[in-house]
Formats: sequence, C-alpha cells, structure tokens
Amino acid sequence: MDLHVLWFIILGILLAGYAMLDGFDLGVGMLHLTARDDTERRVLLNAIGPIWDGNEVWLVTFGGAMFAAFPEAYATVFSGFYAAFMLVLFALIFRAVSIEFRSKRQGRRWRQAFDLGFFASSLLATALFGVAVGAAMAGVPLDDRGLYAGDFLDLISPYSVLVGVLAVALFAMHGAIYLLLKTEGDLRDRLYARAWTGFGFFLVAYLTVTIVTLVEIPRATANFERFPWVWLVVFANILAIANIPRNLYRHRPARAFASSCSAIAGFVVLFGIALFPNLVTSSIAPEQRSLTVYNAASSERTLGNMAIVAAIGAPLVLTYTGIVYWTFRGAVRLDPHSY
Amino acid sequence: MDVLLLSRLQFAFTIMFHYLFPPLTIGLGMVLVYLGAMRLRTPEDPIFEQAARFWTRIFGLNFALGVVTGIVMEFEFGTNWAAYSRYVGDVFGSALAAEGIFAFFLESGFLAVLLFGWERVGVKTHFVATLMVAVGGLFSSIWIVIANSWQQTPAGFELREHVIHGQTFQRAEITDFWAMVFNPSTVDRLVHVWLGAFLLGAFFVMSISAWYLLKGRHEEFARRSFTGALLLATVSSLAQLASGHAQAIGVGERQPAKLAAMEGLFESKRGAGLSLFGWPDEEAKQLRYSVEIPGMLSLLLHGDPGAEVPGFDELEEDWGMPPVWLTFQAYHAMVGIGLLFLGSCLVSCLFLWRGTLYRKRWLLWYHVVAVVPAFAANELGWVTAEVGRQPWVVYPTIGAGGPEGGLRTSEALSEVVRAEQVLGSIVMFGLIYALLFVLWLLILNHKIQHGPEPVSLPEGGEEPGPGLLLAASERVAHSGTLTEAKQEKTAKQEKTVNGG
Repeated sequence: MDLHVLWFIILGILLAGYAMLDGFDLGVGMLHLTARDDTERRVLLNAIGPIWDGNEVWLVTFGGAMFAAFPEAYATVFSGFYAAFMLVLFALIFRAVSIEFRSKRQGRRWRQAFDLGFFASSLLATALFGVAVGAAMAGVPLDDRGLYAGDFLDLISPYSVLVGVLAVALFAMHGAIYLLLKTEGDLRDRLYARAWTGFGFFLVAYLTVTIVTLVEIPRATANFERFPWVWLVVFANILAIANIPRNLYRHRPARAFASSCSAIAGFVVLFGIALFPNLVTSSIAPEQRSLTVYNAASSERTLGNMAIVAAIGAPLVLTYTGIVYWTFRGAVRLDPHSY
Repeated sequence: MDVLLLSRLQFAFTIMFHYLFPPLTIGLGMVLVYLGAMRLRTPEDPIFEQAARFWTRIFGLNFALGVVTGIVMEFEFGTNWAAYSRYVGDVFGSALAAEGIFAFFLESGFLAVLLFGWERVGVKTHFVATLMVAVGGLFSSIWIVIANSWQQTPAGFELREHVIHGQTFQRAEITDFWAMVFNPSTVDRLVHVWLGAFLLGAFFVMSISAWYLLKGRHEEFARRSFTGALLLATVSSLAQLASGHAQAIGVGERQPAKLAAMEGLFESKRGAGLSLFGWPDEEAKQLRYSVEIPGMLSLLLHGDPGAEVPGFDELEEDWGMPPVWLTFQAYHAMVGIGLLFLGSCLVSCLFLWRGTLYRKRWLLWYHVVAVVPAFAANELGWVTAEVGRQPWVVYPTIGAGGPEGGLRTSEALSEVVRAEQVLGSIVMFGLIYALLFVLWLLILNHKIQHGPEPVSLPEGGEEPGPGLLLAASERVAHSGTLTEAKQEKTAKQEKTVNGG
C-alpha cells in the first residue's frame, strides 16, 4: 500500500481511538454536575479515574504522528489555529487539574470549584473538537504556500458550531452509556434517563448535521463514487446508531456501549473519506491550495521507518490498554486510593 | 515586543515549569522500584509497603503535573515554531511520535495500576506496574533527549528540497535513522539528564524524610527513606562528575561557541584557565572579576595544559554569539551546586557510617532545603544547553571549511502568528501555571503533613499482604454508599463462603 495512504489511515485509527475512549471521559465530565451528592460525584470521577490519562495519550500520539508523517499539515494547523489550540490547552489543563485536585481536600467550596471546572472544561474541549471537525469539513482559507490565511473567527461558522453541538450531544450520550457499566442501583437508574436524553439530543443533532452536510458541502460525498464500499460504512453506522436505543431499552449497557463506540468510529471513517486525500482543505481554490497526504508528508523513508515503529507499538499499546481496562473492570469501588 | 522574543520567553517559561516534574518523577520512579522490590523480598516487614504507598501518592501528584504541562510542549512546536516544525518534522516529529507510542502508553497504562491498583492486584503485579512506569519515564526521556541532541549535534540527515504547490524550500530529511538516534551527543546528554533526575528524586526524598526526622515523626519510615535516597544521591553525584566532564569535551568539539559562552572566552587562548566565577561583560567583550585555575580548561578539554581553546574573536563570525552572561552563570551555578552536592553527600555518608547522621540537626536542616538547589541544577543545565545553543535552533555541523547547515532561531518562527496572540497565551499560561504551582505546593504540603499511613501490623497466623488488603477494604465499607453497600455485601458473602 501507498505509505501516504497508510499514514492517513493510522491517523484515522488514532483519532477514532481518541474519540471513542476520551469521548466517554469528556461525556462523564459533562454529566458530572448532574450527580446528586459528593459520593455520587466521586463515583463518576473514579469511573474514569484510572483510565482518563491513558485515553488522552491517544490525542498526544495523534499530534506526534501528525508531526512525524505530515509536518506541513501539523505546522499549518497548529500555527494557523493558534487561539483555538490555546483554548484546547486551557481546557485540557484545567480538566486534568480538576480531576487530580478535586478530592484531595474536604472543603465544600474547594470541591464545588473543581466540580465546576471539570464540567466546564469537558464541555469546552468537546465543543472545540466538534468545531474543529466542522471547520475541517467546510475547509479553511489557505494561501498558495499552504499557510493559514484567516483568523480564529474564520473557524466559526454556523456549520462548525452545529458540528460542535453534535459532538457535545454524542459524547454526553456516550459518557452516560459508559457510566451504566460502572455504576449500580439508584444512580444507574437515573443515568439511564440521562442516556435517553443524550440520545434524543444526539439524534436531532445528527439528522440536522447530516442534512446540512449533504446540502452545503458537496465535497463531503464526492469520494463516494470513488470508493463505493463507503456505503457499507454509512449503512453500518446507521445500524449502530439504531442499536443504541434498542439496547438501552433492553437494559444491555455493554451492547449499547459497543454500539455507540461503533457509531463514533463510523463517524471518523466518514470524516476521513470526506477529507481524503486532503489533510487540510482550502476553502479558496481547493484543488490548488489544499494540503494533501502527498504534498504535506515527510520523506518516504521516515514514513516507512515510522510505519515499522507503529507496527511494533500497536500490539504493545493494545496490551497495556487491555490490562488496564481488565484490572479496573466492573462497577466503581471507592477505596483509600480513589480520587 | 516582537514575536521572536515573546515566543522564546513563552517556550522558556513553559518548558522550565514543565521540567520541574519529569526529572522528579524519573528519580522518584527509581525509589519506587527499590521500595517495591524490598516489599517483595521482605513481605513480613510492613515499613516498605508503608513507604511505597506514601511515595507513590507523592509520585502521582508530580506525574499528573508533568503530563498536563507536557501536552503544552507538544502543541507549542506547531503553534509557535511552525517553520521549525516544517524543517525538522522528519526528525523531531519521528522522535515525538515514537515517544507517544513507546513511552506514554506504557506509562499511563501502568500508572493506573500503580496508583489505583493497591487493592485490585497482587503484590507482584503491582511491582511489575511500578517497574513499567519507571521504565516508561526513562523511555520518554530517551526520545526527548534524542530529539534535543539532534538539534545540538545533527546527524543521519540530509538537507533536501521539498516542493509544495510549485514552491521549493529546504528541510532536513532522515537518511540514517540510527545515526539520527545515536547522534554524537545523545548518549552523553542522556546519562547527564538521568543522573540529574536521580539526584533530584533522591534530594526530594531526603528533604521530606529529614523534615520528619527533625520533627520526630514517622522516624523508622523516614530513616529508611533517607538512607536509601542518600546512597542513590552519593552514587549519582559521583557519576555526574564524570558525565559532566565527558559532556564538556563533546561540547568543545562540536559546539565551540557554546563552550566559549560557558567559559566566558571572548579571546582565543593557549593554556586557557578554568574560571571559578566571573562576570562576562558582553559589550566590552571581556570576562571581569574572574578567578581562574591557569591552564585547567585546556587540560580538561585536550589533556594538554598548553592547548589552544578558541574564543569568540575566532568563532563569532561563523557560529554567532549566544547570550554569554546567562550561559556562563547558569553553567557555573549548575557546576557549583553539583560540587556542593558531592561534598554534602560524602559528609552525610561519613556520618551515616559512624552512626551519628540522624543526630546532626544542622545537616538534616541542610537536606530539608537542599531540594531547592536540586531543582535549580536541573533547570540550569537546560538553560546552559539551550541558551548556549543560540542563535541556532538546529546547530550547524562542522564541515570541511567551517560550519555547515543549521537553522537560526529567528527563522524557525510560525509565519502567521502575531505578537499579541503570543502575549495573550503567555498571560494565560502565566495565570494557569501560577495556580498550578500554588495547588502543587498546597497539596504537597497537605500530603507531607499527613504523612504515611500508620502501619497496621499483621494479625497472628495471617499473611501480612492480604491482612493489610483486608484491613483496607474494611475501611472502605464504613463510608456506606451505594456502590460500597454492594461491595460490603459481597465481602460478607465471601466471608461466609470462606468460613464455610
């Protein structure tokens, strides 16, 4: 296979991994304030306690892989979207701090402040990621050297905001479903209601975004003719989404969670197909100015070397992830070492 | 203020804040591995488990701060130094990606087991997790030091033209991966960084332990922690002497202008002396108030007290001149602290051997505060390395007719970022990091005041390990919440089953 395409796929896998895993972490953050008392909040926090850090590594590795494989795209995106990335950093730092420090002291004010911080930073990060995906779908202004030629506000359009809303609804639902696996009793009963609400919001946002994309962004489906198998992904994605309420109704949270993971992975594949072969699509003269997997890549030799690194690393990463999730399986038990 | 200066300030500030934590966690990681191993070897001794639990809590706090401030660094290459990222993506990007794949996943995965797995996994599994986290920290530093060393002494690459939208520009592309990884300074610098990290970890443990000893609290725990850390510090500071020497020779060979700045050599000299201290005057181009050992620098670098060492009169035209005052003072302060540590460790070892160490209150007080210069020495080493590298971000290599290649810091900036954006982000980081710093001190103090959990000695007949685990799970059941209610029930059921 073409190394350039392979790296596009690897980035897609990292992004999908991040969205599925940190997606529920962010969702738990957005649901955090709905918990009734301190113990419930600690249960929610510790549902992601041992794993949120590892889940964020998918994002860090995505950034590193983009730097290594497509330095032109990395440089253009990170420097062009300066303010947006600073906001993302702000949200991620604040989120980590809130998780880490919240339960370190007893005071009510202390805990309330970090509860709020955890909620707000999770919401902000999710919304920003959604807006970023929306902006990438719509295309951004690039000059003829491939540098970003706009400012922060150019990223924000009705469409990108809409995708931001979709991301918030999707992750909130995903987080609620994840929590069904980690809680018991009365709390879980109420989380079922949250999952249903989340699904409702998600469904509305999903349908709206789909319609607007089909109408407004012809490029999104242009590749469907080139790769007819994408229709299978579309079909599977719809099935996965339909499977969520079915399993919620039958109280089978593990299957509902698998379905919402599949739905997220499906979205990432569709996003990748919509972009390909572009990494950053220029809204001005997209054919001439876009950064593609070919013109933005590092040398062939590095793509090859790093493919070997990825091949060695992948089984290791899956093993560690497996060990951690297995060790901390089942409902949350608070112990002296919990957050 | 211009974008260049602001971006450099921002990088200096964020990296220096970040670098408070990684060396500390690498050093503490070694301590945790030692404690975990001792706990496996002597399961009947509860002190090692007590110590492992206490230092793991401290480790976790520092690790978390290292992670969040580290994400900033990865982003900043792209946000503020886009031209640099385009130039070195092949090399630097590869090292960062490898760090993510090989180090971060390992660390973050097993960190969860290390921090939260006490009641979930057995003693052996927990030890494996400790080991993996420590190894992950070392892996992480390997890739970062490779990337940085390549900037100092580039190797295994070629400058090639890259075409984008019909425009060509130059960038560094890897031709030999292993030559890039083992570039001339990687090994020397890695050893130096590791020893610095071990020293910091050891001084951190000694600081807290010495304070407990002075206050007469947790004495058995504190004595053992102190003794172990003192041995680590002594060995590391002795080795650091040799490592520092090896590194200075390498710098003299491949980065002559950096060495000239470290030593304040404005003029080339035969039989150059080693100044103990001084005040480089960059305008007058001379080193004032210097006290030096004659011929010593030539001797150390070339093994010959009469050898010539080039100064800026020869070097400036080709290599440029870094900020000499800062490089000189940072370097001298680091060396001074290193020597102080070597001396104080040897003295402490002597008293330890005589059995009077824990009665010397002045020495314990010294160790309480010595953690501050230990942090400083790690930072100052990097200041020397990075400020001394200026005005280059990627140092030129020595070619046949003088320096070749290289990328100037002024050419490495993001093309599209404006000064007010950078200033805005500096303000943001300033505020957040100030908050983080206060929280860090607050929680650290809280944990130190709280101290290690009291040791519950095993009840007769039972294995000490499970006994403690049982006690811990009993404690949990008292809080009486919904999730715990079930657990209590299961525990009871299990008991009946076991009893039957």
